[in-house]
Amino acid sequence: MFKKIILGTLLGLALASPGVSSADVSLLNVSYDVTREFYKDYNAKFAGYWREKTGQTVAVQQSHGGSTKQARSVIDGLEADVVTMNQQTDIDAISAIGKLIPADWRRLLPHQSSPYSSTIVFLVRKGNPKGIKDWNDLARSGVSVIIPNPKTSGNGRYSYLGAYGYALKKQGGDDAQARAFVGKVFKNVPVLDTGGRGATTTFIQRGIGDVLLTFESEVLLIQQESGGAKFDVVVPSLSIEADAPVAVVEKYASKHKTQQVAQAYLEYLYQAEGQELIAKHFFRPRDAAVAARYSGRFPKIPLFTVDELFGGWQKAQQTHFADGGVFDQIYEGKKPGTGV
Amino acid sequence: MAPFFRRRHRVLPGFGLTLGFTVFYLSVIVLIPLSTLFIKTASLSWGEFWNVIGSARVLAAFKLSFLASLVAASINTVFGLLVAWVLVRYNFPFKRIIDGLVDLPFALPTAVAGIALTSLYSGNGWLGSFFESYGIKTAYSPLGIVIALTFIGLPFVVRTVQPILADLPAENEEAAACLGAGRLKTFWKVLLPELKPALWTGFALAFARALGEYGSVVFISGNMPMKTEITPLLIMTKLDQFDYAGATAIAVLMLVVSFLILLFINLINWRTHRILAPR
Amino acid sequence: MGAAIGLLAKTKEVPRTRATTESWLVRLALIALALTFLFFFLLIPLVEVFQKAFEKGLGAYWQAIQDPETRSAIRLTLITAGIAVPLNLFFGLVSAWAIAKFEFRGKNLLITLIDLPFSVSPVISGMIYVLLFGTQGLLGPFLVEHDIKIIFTPVAIVLATIFVTFPFVSRELIPLMQAQGREEEEAAMTMGAGGLRTFFKITLPNIKWGLLYGVILCNARAMGEFGAVSVVSGHIRGLTNTMPLQIEILYNEYQFVPAFAVASLLALLALFTLAAKGIVEWRSNKS
Repeated sequence: MFKKIILGTLLGLALASPGVSSADVSLLNVSYDVTREFYKDYNAKFAGYWREKTGQTVAVQQSHGGSTKQARSVIDGLEADVVTMNQQTDIDAISAIGKLIPADWRRLLPHQSSPYSSTIVFLVRKGNPKGIKDWNDLARSGVSVIIPNPKTSGNGRYSYLGAYGYALKKQGGDDAQARAFVGKVFKNVPVLDTGGRGATTTFIQRGIGDVLLTFESEVLLIQQESGGAKFDVVVPSLSIEADAPVAVVEKYASKHKTQQVAQAYLEYLYQAEGQELIAKHFFRPRDAAVAARYSGRFPKIPLFTVDELFGGWQKAQQTHFADGGVFDQIYEGKKPGTGV
Repeated sequence: MAPFFRRRHRVLPGFGLTLGFTVFYLSVIVLIPLSTLFIKTASLSWGEFWNVIGSARVLAAFKLSFLASLVAASINTVFGLLVAWVLVRYNFPFKRIIDGLVDLPFALPTAVAGIALTSLYSGNGWLGSFFESYGIKTAYSPLGIVIALTFIGLPFVVRTVQPILADLPAENEEAAACLGAGRLKTFWKVLLPELKPALWTGFALAFARALGEYGSVVFISGNMPMKTEITPLLIMTKLDQFDYAGATAIAVLMLVVSFLILLFINLINWRTHRILAPR
Repeated sequence: MGAAIGLLAKTKEVPRTRATTESWLVRLALIALALTFLFFFLLIPLVEVFQKAFEKGLGAYWQAIQDPETRSAIRLTLITAGIAVPLNLFFGLVSAWAIAKFEFRGKNLLITLIDLPFSVSPVISGMIYVLLFGTQGLLGPFLVEHDIKIIFTPVAIVLATIFVTFPFVSRELIPLMQAQGREEEEAAMTMGAGGLRTFFKITLPNIKWGLLYGVILCNARAMGEFGAVSVVSGHIRGLTNTMPLQIEILYNEYQFVPAFAVASLLALLALFTLAAKGIVEWRSNKS
């Protein structure tokens, strides 16, 4: 009897759970952490555009979380129509492990399916008391650096690869030198927060560290919120391009019969209105005209990509961030591999 | 009923029914879902399994998690008893409200607790700066982890001891007093033995809860590998690499070890209980 | 049934003679020590939460909890606790009866298994349901075939919540019922009372405070659980976010006032259940 009660309640909940919305179509956009503000605005804009074009009302539901965690949820059955991530490996995983997205997803939309990008810059305390100008200053003794944990956060990974790439390019070093350099930088990290926004809190609210490394979009947002009174932005001599790949989750979209609107949703990101909104939210637009209009916002930095220097994300992930990889070796001493 | 159970005359009804339901519900809610951990881990070979759990990083995290949980649970046992005692026996202003506050650690989402504690105990928080002036680093050190774990485990001992303490008959204490025992002696010889099962239970629960805690600790610990990195965080990093089997391997080991510790505690508890109150 | 009445009376405040209480100095010292401990570990974090919640005044607080997404999170949390707590309450009573009133082999094993959900990391508590119901999980192919969605729906949230709050009532009652023994129930049974009647008339009054504490703890945890729920929820805004998840979202959006406002609501819910306990206590003392 109790079994019946349990089953009954669960069944009732299951029936009540699917999102019954009054819209003609609804989309689920599974995204990473720091895009909430952007997609809130974008969804409203897209809904207007879509109504004008087709007469349909569209409701876009949002889910946000750590990029990799979100990818895992999609693989495990979170039925997203579109995914908008901050790292290609996450969409690759949905494609390879979940078999939900065609393997050539990068070719389905312009710019390797990434409608905007960002980069890693520095935020220092007002007046820059430690005189931090470039990546090599991060390795100086006595400088305290806040970087989120590369094992659990996208901007931690980009920051790490940025430092590594700097050593390869600027110091003309080889891998061994780059490793030593990155090791020195991370020796200066007193706290490894699990997420980007946690690191921001540590730097701003706890007052720990001389410099915070995070996405340019985050840094500009902080500057806007705090009115630029407490912090200065430091732009290094070069940095890493952090692109934000997007894809339609073919399998779920076809199940929900939403391929068309999902595709349009992503394509609209590349159009002038979408790009404008992107720039407004401090992400670097791809559209030249929009970029020119917002050029004051985005300093010109020579950017290198993960593909250029690290042979693609898959390889970078394997060499640097997998268990026993280069990053782990910084903390575990010089032991190669995962051996005991 | 099989001969597995000691046959004796039972006056009370419902043994088969209640035990049956207990086992059924336990299986559906706990055992079957937990078995997936073992199934997933079984996809690893022994070598791979040892590789995962035998690495220096994992061992350091294990040591930290167990030690910090042990310390936190011990603090909670001593102070939990004290708090329960004061709440049950004495009257003072705002007692009701304070009684209510005891449950707060459960009601507060662990992430909020972690954020609140970190802002209090970090170098520029007012408790943190106080400790720092004596050269003690609280947040971002093992001590910070102990603080967070003490916070989240606090209600267990208080709430297990409270009802028993309230129910203790006054006669025993009166008898002890008549026989000339002082209060302290009465406490040690008469009250404490009665409270022991509840104290052990509270300790076990607080310890077990502390072991697996993730949300509050990641904020305050600083997560430095080999130093302040807890085991649940390692599980998370494995998951972020889509390494489900590696994650479940660590989880399984944690589960087995804490199961053994809990079993051990329950056994002692049961034995002392039997000696005290033979039925 | 005289014994039962005797025990009931005992749960009331017993006027203590000088021989069975401590000198005022000791009492004061103990109270001071306990309060100091609670001050540092409970009160200050709580004050911190409320202070942050009201930082921008009452208006901002009110606005924060009016937000539709927050509202739906509150609703989901209440529904979840409303299902999980009664189920675990019932289980607690049944299992405590079996364990405390009877002797059988394997009892310690059973108790330890009941404890287990506490020692499982919340992350894992969520993950096991993903491993079970996820598309890549054990039952995944079956569920996909029949188009049954469990994971990333409120059903999964309820299941995970039941799991993490599983032991509360049971573990609260077992030591209590063991301490009370079974003589009273046996007496009632031999006097001809039925099983259920004995339970409601003898056992329940004896354990009611323990039961209440168990329910309160269970409820508080059910509403406050973050880790496990976070893994199985899917974080769809307005649909599968519970209050703790909503707090995290708000906090990560740098909306500190709304985040702590929702957190303070959770704390208030806990205090609310306690007020309810106070009323029950007061009424039972009166009658």
